[in-house]
Amino acid sequence: MSSQATVHHDHHDDHHPTGIMRWLTTTNHKDIGTMYLVFSLIMFLLGGIMILGVRAELFQPGLQLVKPEFFNQLIGVHALIMIFAALMPAATGFANWMLPLQIGAPDMALPRLNNWGFWLLPPAAILLTLPFTLALFGIGDGAIATGWTFYAPLSVQGGIGVDFAIFAVHLLGVSSVLGSINVIVTILNMRAPGMTLMKMPMFAWSWLVTAFLLIATIPVLAGAVTMLLTDRHFGTHFFDAAGGGDPILFQHLFWFFGHPEVYIVLLPVWGFMPQILQTFSRKPMYGYKAQVYSLWAIGILALVVWAHHFFTVGMPVPALLYFMYSTMSISLPLAVLFFCWIATIWKGSLTFETPMLFAIGWIVLFGIGGLTGLVLADVAADAQYHHTYFVVAHFHYTLFAGGIMGIMAGVYYWLPKMTGHMFSERLGKLHFWLTAISFNLTFIPQFFLGLAGMPRRIPDYALQFAEFNMISSCAAFVLGLSQLIFVYNIISCVRGGKKATNKVWEGAEGLEWTLSSPPPYHSFTEQPVVK
Amino acid sequence: MFTQWFKNRWMLLISVLLSLHAHAEITWNFPTPATPMAEDTLHVHNKFMLIVMVIFLVVLGIMIYSIYNHRKSKGFKAAKFDGPSNKSQLIWTLVPFAILLYIDFILMGIPAYHSVVAMEDTKTNADMVIKVTGSQWRWQYEYMDGDAQGLKFVSNLKTSEDEIYNKTDKNPQYLLDVDNHLVLPVDKKVRVLLTSTDVIHNWWVPAFGAARDAIPGFLRETWVKIDKPGVYRGQCKELCGKGHGFMPVVVEAVPEADYKVWVEAQKVKLAAAAEGANKEWSKDELVAKGKEVYAKNCQVCHQANGKGLPPAFPSLVDSAIVKGKIFDEQGKLLKDSHLDRVLNGKGVMPAWKSVLNDVEIAAVVTYERVDFGGMSDTLQPAQVKALR
Repeated sequence: MSSQATVHHDHHDDHHPTGIMRWLTTTNHKDIGTMYLVFSLIMFLLGGIMILGVRAELFQPGLQLVKPEFFNQLIGVHALIMIFAALMPAATGFANWMLPLQIGAPDMALPRLNNWGFWLLPPAAILLTLPFTLALFGIGDGAIATGWTFYAPLSVQGGIGVDFAIFAVHLLGVSSVLGSINVIVTILNMRAPGMTLMKMPMFAWSWLVTAFLLIATIPVLAGAVTMLLTDRHFGTHFFDAAGGGDPILFQHLFWFFGHPEVYIVLLPVWGFMPQILQTFSRKPMYGYKAQVYSLWAIGILALVVWAHHFFTVGMPVPALLYFMYSTMSISLPLAVLFFCWIATIWKGSLTFETPMLFAIGWIVLFGIGGLTGLVLADVAADAQYHHTYFVVAHFHYTLFAGGIMGIMAGVYYWLPKMTGHMFSERLGKLHFWLTAISFNLTFIPQFFLGLAGMPRRIPDYALQFAEFNMISSCAAFVLGLSQLIFVYNIISCVRGGKKATNKVWEGAEGLEWTLSSPPPYHSFTEQPVVK
Repeated sequence: MFTQWFKNRWMLLISVLLSLHAHAEITWNFPTPATPMAEDTLHVHNKFMLIVMVIFLVVLGIMIYSIYNHRKSKGFKAAKFDGPSNKSQLIWTLVPFAILLYIDFILMGIPAYHSVVAMEDTKTNADMVIKVTGSQWRWQYEYMDGDAQGLKFVSNLKTSEDEIYNKTDKNPQYLLDVDNHLVLPVDKKVRVLLTSTDVIHNWWVPAFGAARDAIPGFLRETWVKIDKPGVYRGQCKELCGKGHGFMPVVVEAVPEADYKVWVEAQKVKLAAAAEGANKEWSKDELVAKGKEVYAKNCQVCHQANGKGLPPAFPSLVDSAIVKGKIFDEQGKLLKDSHLDRVLNGKGVMPAWKSVLNDVEIAAVVTYERVDFGGMSDTLQPAQVKALR
């Protein structure tokens, strides 16, 4: 697509339906991006409420609030919602909003597909949570109770919640693949003249890798859950030894998707985070090329390490060794990224606005997630860590600190650009400190719980685990409640506030900061030229 | 009411925090190892933790230095570099990379290799073999060779519902106590074979450093060699349904002489149980025995009142199963009859054939028919024995 196609379009600005039809029929990347982000925020709160139910039950030994069956549903749906309906849509929302602005394109390449990609999400979220409501009316026995991993044969045994979750995952998968195709086509075809691949913003690179990972792995997940569906209802025996199948096959298929999925939710953050760091360091990004190559190296390695998620199922020694060493090798490109992030702030002229606070907190906490991941790669020690609270703490350091706190940094970074108003710095900083402190108080005790031998996914626990659980539960409620500050800050920023300048942040670099705040409904109708 | 609840919890929390140091059982690391494998795991873990903490603190230190000194409010002017600008800088950027390479594949990688090989070597010099079978939600143990060959029993959670639902004080071994311990001799390498009858479980005792999945339809293996006598407790650690938190593993390690005594005692018990199958039992005896068996094995799903938790766990009360005929006119076991379902299972219902003995099966079937079906017939252990 060349720039000549975009001439004469200026006067159609803002001719779109109003009210609900605007949102149902929109093909505008900013509208769709906004919908993704709002959807993500709602789902984040919903998933958070679920896990607060879990933490309330775990406040002390004994069963007080929920039955074990319901407990299992809460943990599984919490994870599915947080991963598929909160983290992934947030990343796609940013891609929609910011990729065209960052690469100087008028919109995403495939706008109608973009609309469809979003509107698949709400039905998927309904499918996932509907069984809770149905159970209230005596239909079925509630939502999926297998954890988010669907492990057969437990999932073959499960109730209708599993079927609902399978179809929800199909819809979410289709949505992700459509979004990925759109990102790839947009990045490869619609960059502003002069913007070569190696001049692209890091966010575009990271999303390109993410999109390839999604296209490589989502079909495998879709296949696995479809096999599960036919095992459940149509008499196949893919995962049933009695019919010549193998339950472990499911784990291989699931984690072939599941491990790259970790990077799918993290990579977009690794893309915009260096941009935030460079903005508030007023200094160029360190090691651009090294970062690009590392992103690709991690993307490729992510596809070949899946079995480290189930070392304890029993594997031949060579397989154990291979998956251990390949997993350890991911630490090398990841270390390059960490080096570049820290070198970016080194000798910068630092200021600590809310996005920067989140970015620095993110490096530190995500670092803990990464380092504990390195320890988990060791097969012998993993026998102890596996399926304990140590793992729970580890992946919340990667997915909450590395993922969600990263997304929050992005929200604070771009919110003034999207809304045209500044948010309250005071509330933003309060939100950061409350989140960072209560997050650590929630999850550090869980490391110790895991080491002491508390398995994950249990609704009740032995007395020796009581103290740490109590601390963790209290902190979790503080963590949950502090997110209301975030919501309030966003809403009041949308409603009004100090006018944001075009550049918003003193050190901001990139095409999105050359537009007005908020940018016009149709931006870059004439593509800028990048030198 | 809610505020009262909240206030109570806060008081409780404060008292707990104040008494933190008083609780001897709070642990900050793996439990004291009881096997060579756990010893090795603890070493590996301590070493790795130390390494990653050093890495973390060094990197954090660099960041804090930068955050403190390179700030705009102090008038620090940003440098312009965006990568290594000369050869010596390039080499310096490679140093952390080289250190990590060394840590990954030499410092951590080589000991890890030896640990993995040792962990997977279940057969060399193994003194005995046991089989562990996971079922929802109990463990079954079987001794495969030596004096104890043929011994097998089920190990159920001993914690009462009242404890779980906070109606009575909790035992110190809350959720970690079972009716029948797995008894093993110390200083013997025990090869542990694992399988499951329904979904995937994971047999885990933290002090042993061994955790291995029990997978339906497959055998997996691990090994333990316990170096001091004692009672070791663990739990299932693979989500296996609603009773996942309620299937502990308890292993009692005893000196070899004591172990031999225990084996003989078990054999006598087993013989007595087998003898029971030959005598004629009265209805009352069967119902009384059946009630015990039901409480241990069936109640978790079908509930004490027999009404189950539909739709997952159907009600037995006045159901076609407990009211239906068991044998046809020729005296053959009817398919999908009460006894057939108990012996062979179907779908979520496990097969009890190899878990319960003849007396237990006859008793529980009789109990269910009498109490939940209002029937008056009895099923004799001899009739069950004849079907084996």
